[in-house]
Amino acid sequence: MSLFSALRLFRPRRPGRLAAEAVTLLVAAAVAFPLYWMVLSAFKPAGEIQSTNPRPWTLSPSLDSFRRVFEQQDFGRYFLNSLTVAVTVVLASALIAFLAATAVTRFRFRFRTTLLIMFLVAQMVPVEALTIPLFFLMRDAGQLNTLGSLILPHIAFSLPFAIWMLRGFVKAVPEALEEQAQIDGASRSRFLWQILFPLVFPGLVATSVFSFISTWNDFLFAKSFLISDTSQSTLPMALLVFFKPDENDWGGIMAGSTVMTVPVLVFFVLVQRRLVSGLGGAVKD
Amino acid sequence: MTTTSRTGTARTTSGADKAGAANGADKAGAPHREGRAANRSGLARGRGSGWTPWLYLLPALAVLGALLLYPIYQLGLISFLEYTQAQVSGGEPTSFKGFGNYTALFADPQFRQVLLATVLFAAACVVTTLAVGCALAVLLTRVRALPRLVLMLAALGAWATPAITGSTVWVFLFDPDFGPVNRLLGLGDFSWTYGRYSAFALVLLEVVWCSFPFVMVTVYAGIRAIPSEVLEAAALDGASQWRIWRSVMAPALRPILVVVTIQSVIWDFKIFTQIYVMTNGGGIAGQNLVLNVYAYQKAFASSEYSLGSAIGVVTLLILLAVTLVYLRLLRRRGEEL
Repeated sequence: MSLFSALRLFRPRRPGRLAAEAVTLLVAAAVAFPLYWMVLSAFKPAGEIQSTNPRPWTLSPSLDSFRRVFEQQDFGRYFLNSLTVAVTVVLASALIAFLAATAVTRFRFRFRTTLLIMFLVAQMVPVEALTIPLFFLMRDAGQLNTLGSLILPHIAFSLPFAIWMLRGFVKAVPEALEEQAQIDGASRSRFLWQILFPLVFPGLVATSVFSFISTWNDFLFAKSFLISDTSQSTLPMALLVFFKPDENDWGGIMAGSTVMTVPVLVFFVLVQRRLVSGLGGAVKD
Repeated sequence: MTTTSRTGTARTTSGADKAGAANGADKAGAPHREGRAANRSGLARGRGSGWTPWLYLLPALAVLGALLLYPIYQLGLISFLEYTQAQVSGGEPTSFKGFGNYTALFADPQFRQVLLATVLFAAACVVTTLAVGCALAVLLTRVRALPRLVLMLAALGAWATPAITGSTVWVFLFDPDFGPVNRLLGLGDFSWTYGRYSAFALVLLEVVWCSFPFVMVTVYAGIRAIPSEVLEAAALDGASQWRIWRSVMAPALRPILVVVTIQSVIWDFKIFTQIYVMTNGGGIAGQNLVLNVYAYQKAFASSEYSLGSAIGVVTLLILLAVTLVYLRLLRRRGEEL
């Protein structure tokens, strides 16, 4: 190894690194451009959006589009609806997945492997294909037009992946800790909730990012199950209202899109630290 | 710098977990015995421990049974019935049609066309996403920390963007009247969503934009895990970047590439939101329909619930086949579950 390090010292500066860095920055700019354009257009005054000569900046930012979105479309309510659904799904699926992951990692029992394979296969089920039977199921359960019709299926669909992922985190907690707790007289449920749960918590957060996003982004179920009661709409549905046959309200669409995208970005940034420490646990697995 | 790569690894979670599990493959024998030993201690000790795991599994199994297994059964059942608006409202009794819906489906030239379009479109998306993701991952290894951080952050943004807002933004970017792209390329008022192929191309760009970060970040983390001496030895031997990728990196990254490919296939095959939003429900005269959108239109727009379910079954079976291939690949590497 030292030989190679020594060789590296004698090597001339990597040719083309500056070129590679220039390409990297260009790609980054291209990748970030759609988001930049979204936020920019949300703040542009109507006249600049409807211009056939769009400029990549604005000298007179305005909040008109946001105002229109929140006043005409009751966006605040849809935002809360989306948030309610996502948060409920995150909490419920995290708890259920934690219990299940503990069962499949801390115990050996019949059908354990079968169950694990089933969880893996379940991740691959295209949930979109189940819209029709779920529609009838929700109708029979009287859940159509309620947020429950979104919450229930999404809990189910985020579970297999959450269980699969939490396995690693639960496994990383040493068995010795468990024995120690028992020797100290902790009951099984006390160990589960007061020792294992806090230790696995970073993993729960990492998992929750995925259930949050898939729920927050849901469009198909919202479109299919919330048919007539618009007060129960979630953000994706509300966004489409601004698409009109001839004259799309691009300012409104971009403002709405910004409102919908920002929480996800914030969530990413907030949990990033936990995500990292959580992954530290998973890597040791 | 640390923050960058950390953000990077953080994002790999789904892939890294499986890859991590795959790395544990060689240890497969040992944990089994440890596990069995653990059975006598810890949580599993004490009376009634035989039922404890099932107690813990109960909520998960109940939810999955009611909202995943049962709907799958129902999907299959409806696909064998005559089930349209008349039956739903109770006006007519439901009747068993056997494979009637499937025969009707495969006799329908539009369905065959949609099926073909879905397969080709998904394939194009997967290939482009992988190519872009891998190329940028290699690029990331060749630049200093700051440019890497910038690209990672941009990719993180694209990744976090919900499919629906990504779709609206890309449609706006390519808008014939007010979009900057046509202006920049001097395309005048060329409408991207008017032609079949240009519409598919537009959706493909959006799909690649929001799914390449997963590939890039996962593969980058994988490359980082390859001992740098190996890569340097290859470089010293005068191997080109392409040769290093093909002969050194790709073989070492095989487990990660498998995960990433399968994940992309599954993602891109069941696309709904992007097509629905960007081509306004499947394009002019349904020219941009893919299976999921077609099933939705059949069921909820024309109340042909049984035909929609049959399409759903076809989608399910195709993805099940992909999953089985995936499981086989995992098994061949001897992963312990």
